Amino acid sequence: MSHSTGIIRILALMVKEFHAVWRDKKTRFLLIFPPVVELIIFGYAATLDVKNVSIGILDEDNGPVAREVAQRIQGSTFFTKYHYLRGRSEIKNIIDTQKAMLVICFPQNLSQDVSSGKGSTVQVILDGRRTNSSQITLGYLSQIIGRYNIQLFESTSKHVIRPEIMIRTWFNPNKIYCWFTVPSLIGTIMAIEVIVITGLSVARERELGTFEQLLVSPLTQWEILIGKTAPSMIIGLLEGTFILVIAMIVFQIPFRGSFFYLYFSIPFYLLSIIAFGLFISSMAKTQQQAFLGIFVFIMPCFLLSGFMTPVENMPQWLQQLVVINPLKHFLVIVKGIFLKDMPFSDVVENIYPMIFISAATLPFATWMFRKRLG
Amino acid sequence: MKVTQKGKSNGSSWIRTRALMIKESHQIIRDPSSLLIAFALPFIMLFLFGYGLSLDTNNLKIGVVMEDLSNDARSLAYAFANTSYFDARLGHSRKYFENELISGHIRGVIVIPQDFTENLRKGEVSPKLQVLSDGSEPNSATFVENYASGVFLTWLIANGYENATRTSPLLDVEPRFWFNPELSSRNTILPGCITIIIAIIGTLLTALVVAREWERGTMESLMVTPVKIREIIISKIVPYFILGMVSMLFSVAICMVLFGMPFRGSVFALCIISSAFLLVSLAGGLLISTLSKNQFVAAQASLVSAFLPTTLLSGFIFEIDSMPAILRAITWVVPASYFVPSLQTVFLAGDVWPVLLPATGIMMLIFILLFTITIMKSPKRLEAS
Repeated sequence: MSHSTGIIRILALMVKEFHAVWRDKKTRFLLIFPPVVELIIFGYAATLDVKNVSIGILDEDNGPVAREVAQRIQGSTFFTKYHYLRGRSEIKNIIDTQKAMLVICFPQNLSQDVSSGKGSTVQVILDGRRTNSSQITLGYLSQIIGRYNIQLFESTSKHVIRPEIMIRTWFNPNKIYCWFTVPSLIGTIMAIEVIVITGLSVARERELGTFEQLLVSPLTQWEILIGKTAPSMIIGLLEGTFILVIAMIVFQIPFRGSFFYLYFSIPFYLLSIIAFGLFISSMAKTQQQAFLGIFVFIMPCFLLSGFMTPVENMPQWLQQLVVINPLKHFLVIVKGIFLKDMPFSDVVENIYPMIFISAATLPFATWMFRKRLG
Repeated sequence: MKVTQKGKSNGSSWIRTRALMIKESHQIIRDPSSLLIAFALPFIMLFLFGYGLSLDTNNLKIGVVMEDLSNDARSLAYAFANTSYFDARLGHSRKYFENELISGHIRGVIVIPQDFTENLRKGEVSPKLQVLSDGSEPNSATFVENYASGVFLTWLIANGYENATRTSPLLDVEPRFWFNPELSSRNTILPGCITIIIAIIGTLLTALVVAREWERGTMESLMVTPVKIREIIISKIVPYFILGMVSMLFSVAICMVLFGMPFRGSVFALCIISSAFLLVSLAGGLLISTLSKNQFVAAQASLVSAFLPTTLLSGFIFEIDSMPAILRAITWVVPASYFVPSLQTVFLAGDVWPVLLPATGIMMLIFILLFTITIMKSPKRLEAS
């Protein structure tokens, strides 16, 4: 009897929580609008691809070789803007002002040196302010010149043995960057929404003074705890599903794995985030403090997850530290299931750390929460 | 001073503004969370960005499958194991490493096939090396592929197979990376981090503080005093402007001392561009709080309108030129997309005014626009709101 009334009370509180989130027009708008905008904009914007590169061309050779290479550069879709320079003195200006990411210089007598078999060198000056892009651009330019070299050889000698490398990119053969970003956004957007709802829920009541009313109600501490956390879990699941659908329909990303594995792992992930949210909520006296707390949590969580740059690039000590970041583990799961059809054993391997995180934080957060209640 | 020259009525306006500014400064100093944001936050953020974010891809974890067990194959496998680009494990089972690729423990598999040595020795058929990379991390995949080709070619030359590749190519490429010859991505990322810090202090902090005044009703109390709305806004901007500039200089100092970043421009240029960006951020924060009058909404709106575009649409990690045309058009109105290249330039290249001046000008235009909208949207009287 008392057991079932407990459930009814929890349900009542949950309904109230949903109302609190849903009835406020601005909050409702913020729950729906930002995830959509973030998904669309950042699905397309967050790319480490390099495209539409501007190149400066300095031709001191005026011969067939320089013309041929320049034509090949213009023939590629990679470079879209070309600036022909009249002299070396213009290099500094065009690089400094970022009108071109790189300048390729064909030296005097280049064509002569190449056709006589002596060989020559083209100098490439790149803008080191754009570290990653300039490296990728150089790789691309080297490929163009490499292919030209092979042709030069094949026209001069008959027997050519070329060591071959067969490259296959698995899971994402064209290396489309949003196949990486959008599945990752499932994890990041769920985290943001869930932590905001949990983190602010208690702080808002405390600020409005309705928290005391909740305390004098027949609800027990545990019922308040469950009633406060369950709605964020449900909203998180809905947000995640929404992004999943967009990823498959709008972005046309193949979902190769098991929906069951994905939905099996999401609650563990959300629980570990909710624990942090509860903790923030019980510490904060005002919404502003709660929000700052959320920000302090979400920033490192976001940056040190492998979403922006790979975890492998971090120093060793930091790699060991980010094991406590639930998002890091969930990103492995969500990308793995999405693109790689990850088997259950691998999924579980990444669920374990999240269980440990929750097991460590949830009791502590609960204790803090109840202490504040009492 | 300027004000006294302008006559009496302006003088009293100045006195009111100054009184409000003093009140605002007291509020900042007394509220530990503001100071925490101005000094602890830059420290933590620079630390996170400086160590946590890196595009310097080396030590990529790979597996090398040796289907061929000859000395040549072993020697090539060790070449992969010994290079600093890779952290390689050697093995014989292709299946095992393919599963490791799926679980994300490694980023690439290199297969030395059974007929590798045979083809290498015969010199008739090209010796084939297979590289599998993990496309779920597209950037790492590109680096695995490029490095693998590089290691293979170096090995061929070092082991006397150079006639297979032919001594040296007729047309060689000699790259020079200006401003950042060691190619440390930190030098690109840390200016981006300072941009985010200023955007947070400017937008988030002001938005929250002003929204709190609206929520608590202290804004209404101010409105019934003779203070004009313009004076209220200026008195809010100035103290936070000073806070932001101090915090910016603090961040630059950390970059130079802790991370050893070069600083090739002048402090004057740094202050000019930072002031422009800080003003835009402050105006954005004020506008958000004026429109929302609610801390919860203000916080979310600042996140969406300031923090995320600053992180993702400013070009400090993700290249703007690579984005679709619509997004490139959006970045024209993102102030951070002007500030990040300016800051990178001041740090790495020097005072290149053709970059800095237009950027400052556009940021000031956006500031004036936001400021005007804020004044127009501010209720002049209580009844009006």
